[in-house]
Order: sequence, then structure tokens, then C-alpha cells
Amino acid sequence: MISRRALIGMGAGAGGLMLSGCDRLTASPTFRDGLRAGEALTMRAQRLVTNRGALAPEFDAAQRSPVFRANGTRRPSSPAYAAHAAANFADWRLAVDGRVARPQNFSLAQIGTMPARTQITRHDCVEGWSAIGQWTGVPLKLLLDQAGLRPDARYIVFHCADDYGAGRYYESIDLVDAFHPQTILAWGLNGRRLPVENGAPLRLRVERMLGYKHAKYVERIEAVASLAGVGGGRGGYWEDTNDYEWYAGV
Amino acid sequence: MASVPIEGRPGAGAPRTIFRHRLSTRLWHWFNALVIFVMIMSGLMIFNAHPRLYWGRYGANLDHAWLEIGSTPTQGLLRVGGLTIPTTGVLGRWTAPDGSVSTRAFPWWATIPSGYSLSAARRWHLAFAWALVVPGLLYWLWSFANRHVQRDLAPTREELRPRHLWHDIKDHARLRFPTGDAATRYNILQKLAYLGVLFVLLPLAVMTGFAMSPALDATWPWLLELFGGRQSARSIHFLCMAGFVAFIVVHLVMVVLAGPINEVRSMLTGRYRVPEDRP
Repeated sequence: MISRRALIGMGAGAGGLMLSGCDRLTASPTFRDGLRAGEALTMRAQRLVTNRGALAPEFDAAQRSPVFRANGTRRPSSPAYAAHAAANFADWRLAVDGRVARPQNFSLAQIGTMPARTQITRHDCVEGWSAIGQWTGVPLKLLLDQAGLRPDARYIVFHCADDYGAGRYYESIDLVDAFHPQTILAWGLNGRRLPVENGAPLRLRVERMLGYKHAKYVERIEAVASLAGVGGGRGGYWEDTNDYEWYAGV
Repeated sequence: MASVPIEGRPGAGAPRTIFRHRLSTRLWHWFNALVIFVMIMSGLMIFNAHPRLYWGRYGANLDHAWLEIGSTPTQGLLRVGGLTIPTTGVLGRWTAPDGSVSTRAFPWWATIPSGYSLSAARRWHLAFAWALVVPGLLYWLWSFANRHVQRDLAPTREELRPRHLWHDIKDHARLRFPTGDAATRYNILQKLAYLGVLFVLLPLAVMTGFAMSPALDATWPWLLELFGGRQSARSIHFLCMAGFVAFIVVHLVMVVLAGPINEVRSMLTGRYRVPEDRP
């Protein structure tokens, strides 16, 4: 017979082995690639079962969070941003370039006169919390149509003003999400001008994806044929620096 | 479980051995034994990224959390509703293997990976979810097709009578386990536990997992109505995990009490030695 003490000892030993084994596996590039295959499977399966035009749920005004939590950068540190913020973003420009026929340079006033969409949606942080807010902004499609995508454009990259030390924040989405009716560059939150801590003057709302895809402080939109040459090549700041998933639908 | 005796030799003192678990059951059992630990431990690390649970459609730091694992400068605390329980050393405040004090919710030995990484935990959790769901679905279908569910797991009307249930509960509490022919079948508490895991906990964990996905919410908005919002789904997902932990603990205790060698052998080879009737 195995004594109870031996059994408990064996259990603890096995548990310890399993834990250190898991840590070693996490550190192994081969194993990480294996887990990434899981991500590719999840992305394909979701795209298979979901209607890619489906709208994210929208809510009533009464269902909004009392406070919309601000996360990540609350105020970009660059002097240029501080000057823009002090001037109420009067001279702020949004560039649209890359694989486009007609590169654009929009002023905030111009964007404000373009047709806008207002939507009350839920923001899901990868950490687990959610907040519901009302966003108003210009559909990204309108900006891309003015610039005219070239036939080889495959992804839309958002370059941002917030500096993370390791580089500027950036994110990317594919064209299906870029042309989705709920994908907007928001300049309003809950009926007011977008506050600085939430990404003023413009932030991306790409509903149906986790929070880190919703780039704040967007100052340049670039159409690219491939993500290989952008940043670390994985399609986004958190993807490059912390191995988060590019496909942030789950 | 099949109650077909294959080595039954009548006669005094000769232990009777039956074939108890099919290969599909045995394979699924040991595969799940691994996968469920990865799911729970990587899930606890994901919880560590935001150690608060809410009811409803939204919930962030300033909103009311019904459960929270936090810390003060000296203590670890678990707060459930209005109740605050000191948990220093285990939850909210514990010492890492390198000697440093951490104020993460769940301690290093309970999480995958053992050092804080939300992205790595998500990769483990989402990849192993496939390993839980796909074989689970196949096992589900196979168990209906080979009538395992109908024959071995479905409770009879007699077993569901309160008197029968109460009798079994008392027997379990006194650690009097079935012997002889009765030991070749699952008793009603076992049936309810296995049915609960197979047809309540597992589907609920998967569905609430789906309900936390913003992409799936767009396609299946009814998921949110079903659970009362994403944060409710997250809370139920966590409670499912607690249900799995409770099941595993009771399961292991019962294995030890019922004779670990015979029980583990039956789950490895399928053969189970039937405990003799008490004189």
C-alpha cells in the first residue's frame, strides 16, 4: 500500500514538476508557435461561424457605465501633443497615406463636418473589465474612400501619438473590419468632445474586438500590403512587445 | 461502464473482476485530467489581470464588484459581497519562489505560467479550450450512441426518490460504500455528479466563454441575453471553475477512500475488482 504521506508527497512533486514544466514550455519558441496555431484555429473558426458583417450589440443610453474607465496612456508625453492639446487641436492633422491613390491630410474641423455615426457599445478590455459608452465619429470607410485604396492594400495601420518608450503605439486591422459600419474614428464620448484620457482628439472604435485594438490618439492611417514591415511585424504594439493576439475577437 | 463480468469466478474468497470502463471513457478521462488543470490554472492567471467579478453588462474598477481578491499594505483579502476574509499568504498577498512578496490575486503555484503574464495565460487557455471542447463533443455523441449515458448515467425514477437520495447521502457520510453487485453500478450521487459535470458545468463553461468574446457576441447576441451580460457571463464562468475544482477534490477524496489502487487500475486497464459483500 502507498501511505497517505507518500501520496501527498507524490501529488505535490507531480504538481511542482508540472508547473516548472509549463513554465519551460511557455519559454520555448516551438511551443509558443504551437499555441499560436491555436490562435489561428480560433480566428478561422470564429470567421467560419460568424457573419463578418454582423453588428456588435448596441445598448440604451441608460445602460452606459457611470464612469468610462480610461486605460493605458492617459496623456501622451510628447511636447507636440501638449501643444496640440493646449490649442484645442486646432492645427491637428490626420494623415491617410500608404497604399492609397490620393494621400489625405484632414483637419479635425473637416472631420467634424463629415457624416458621423453615434453608437452605444461595450468596450471589453483584454484584462476582463467592460465599460459601455456612447461614441460619435466618422466612419473609417469615408476617410478610406476619399483616399482611394490601391488594389494591393490589405491592412489598415493606425499610428498613434502615445509613446511607450519602446516606440509609438500602433495597431492594425484588415479591410473587412476597416469597412465595417461600426468602425469609426470617434471624436465624441457620451455627448461631449472626446477627453484626453480616452484618446483625444481621435480614437479608433473597432467594435467586436478587444480594447487594445481601439487605438487612441490616432494621427496617421496607413494602408499597407503586408504587416511584415510595420513595427515588429506582428501587427500591433502589444502584439510585438507582449505576444498578444493580433486577432482580438475573443 | 459495463456490468459484464469477464473474469467472474464463483467461489468463496475469489475476487470478482469486471470490465468497468470502455477505452473511450478511459482515454477521455486521462486526457481531461491534464487539460482541465491547464484550463483552471491558466484561467486563474487570466483572472489575476483583473481580480474582480461583476453582475450585469459592464463592470470596471469603480463599479460594484461582488467578488474581489485584493490586498492592503500588510494583508491579502478576499471580499465576497459584504464579507471580507483575510487570506494573507495564499490569496492577494503571497511570497514568490524568489522571495519577493506579490500582491497578485492567485499565487504562483496555482497559475500557468507561474510568473505574471496575461498574454501567455490566454494562449494556453484558448489553445487548450480546443482540447477540452472537441474531444468533449465527440465523447458526448459517442456516449449517447453507445448508450453509456442512457444505460449507466441516467438516474432511475426509484433512485431520484428523496428517501433513496437521503439514504445514499447518509451512506456516503458514513463512508459506507456499495459492495457486491451494487458496486458494479454508479450510485445516484455519482450519477448526479457525472451528469452535472458533463451536461451542466462543461456546456455552461463553454457558453459563458463564448459570451465573453466580443466577436461572438456580435453574431450571437442571444448569448448576452441568456447570461444577463458579459460581466455576468464572466462571473458564471468563474463559478463553473469553482464547480470543477469542487468536483475534482471530492472525486480524488472518493478515489482514496474507495481504494486508490483498484480505482486507478480500473481507469487504466478497465478492469475493476468488485468489493465483496460485507458479512
